[in-house]
Amino acid sequence: MSKFSKGKKKPSPAISTASLPDIVFMLLFFFMVVTKLRDSELMVKVTTPFATQLTKLEDKSLVNYLYIGRPVEKYKATYGTKPRLQLSDKFANVNEIPIFLERFRVKIPEAQRSKITTSLRVDGKVTMGIVQDVKTELRKANQLKINYSAKKKPE
Amino acid sequence: MAKKNSRDRMSNEINAGSMADIAFLLLIFFLVTTTIVEDKGITVKLPPWSEEDPDITKLKSRNVFAVLVNAQNDLLVRGESMDITMLREKTKEFIVNPTKREDLAERPTKAIITLKNDRGTNYETYVNVYNELKAAYDELWDEMCLRKYGVKYSEDLPLAWRKSIKDEIPMVLSEAEPTNFGEEK
Repeated sequence: MSKFSKGKKKPSPAISTASLPDIVFMLLFFFMVVTKLRDSELMVKVTTPFATQLTKLEDKSLVNYLYIGRPVEKYKATYGTKPRLQLSDKFANVNEIPIFLERFRVKIPEAQRSKITTSLRVDGKVTMGIVQDVKTELRKANQLKINYSAKKKPE
Repeated sequence: MAKKNSRDRMSNEINAGSMADIAFLLLIFFLVTTTIVEDKGITVKLPPWSEEDPDITKLKSRNVFAVLVNAQNDLLVRGESMDITMLREKTKEFIVNPTKREDLAERPTKAIITLKNDRGTNYETYVNVYNELKAAYDELWDEMCLRKYGVKYSEDLPLAWRKSIKDEIPMVLSEAEPTNFGEEK
């Protein structure tokens, strides 16, 4: 009895693919969890500045976003190059902020409304004028919890 | 030819071979539509809106740390121009006043930082300055927390610990209405 018998060839065992769905599902769930489906196309260019003292926004369903930046190439002809505010999927004026906030607020259960955070996604290259107007409007609308969106500064 | 009974319940199994394909399809859909947004930033609590300006003339000038950022993105701290790299250390020194100097804050609880900018100030500069001021407080809280409880300060600590630290070094940062210089036309 030899260990290395040359006689009968064993059929090479096929790799079992039975666990493949499990692996793929695992990946799928990972992506589903980390995904935030972008609900609005960005019409302004936003490159957030770098900072170090960052806090993470925990509950994404309690966050609404304001975008401030210069219009992207496509809209430059109609909207110029001055920094503009974008609310959900269109350019807006500062005085439309209260309505925007209210629309968001009614969707949230009353007990959680005090936890709503407004994330200001502002381009680093804009001037403070428009940011200040937005801040004033937020204060008037009593939306005081805000977050200046920023990226982690590379070491 | 014997007809195989297709209703044989013992050997009837759902073919799971296509499961992987379905999962792949979903996976690719999510891969394509995903934008992993970095939802991080500097959290700020704005003061409630009031029509009249807060009166800071009653404060002793030694307790006020005035930071101005102008439209050229230059920094003026207590009447002297300063580089942003120095701001954090100077702020910490002002708040704790370790050498008991006459011109720095009497106590950390009395220290007030005021930040004022022009409408023409770059947003990036503003965030950097705000970041440094916040960093000064964060570092002081860390140091105090290490001394008292042996751990660094974080939002996960018990409420009583956090409160005792914030009672001793409260973060008071007031932002004045900006001046109109340098606004883009």
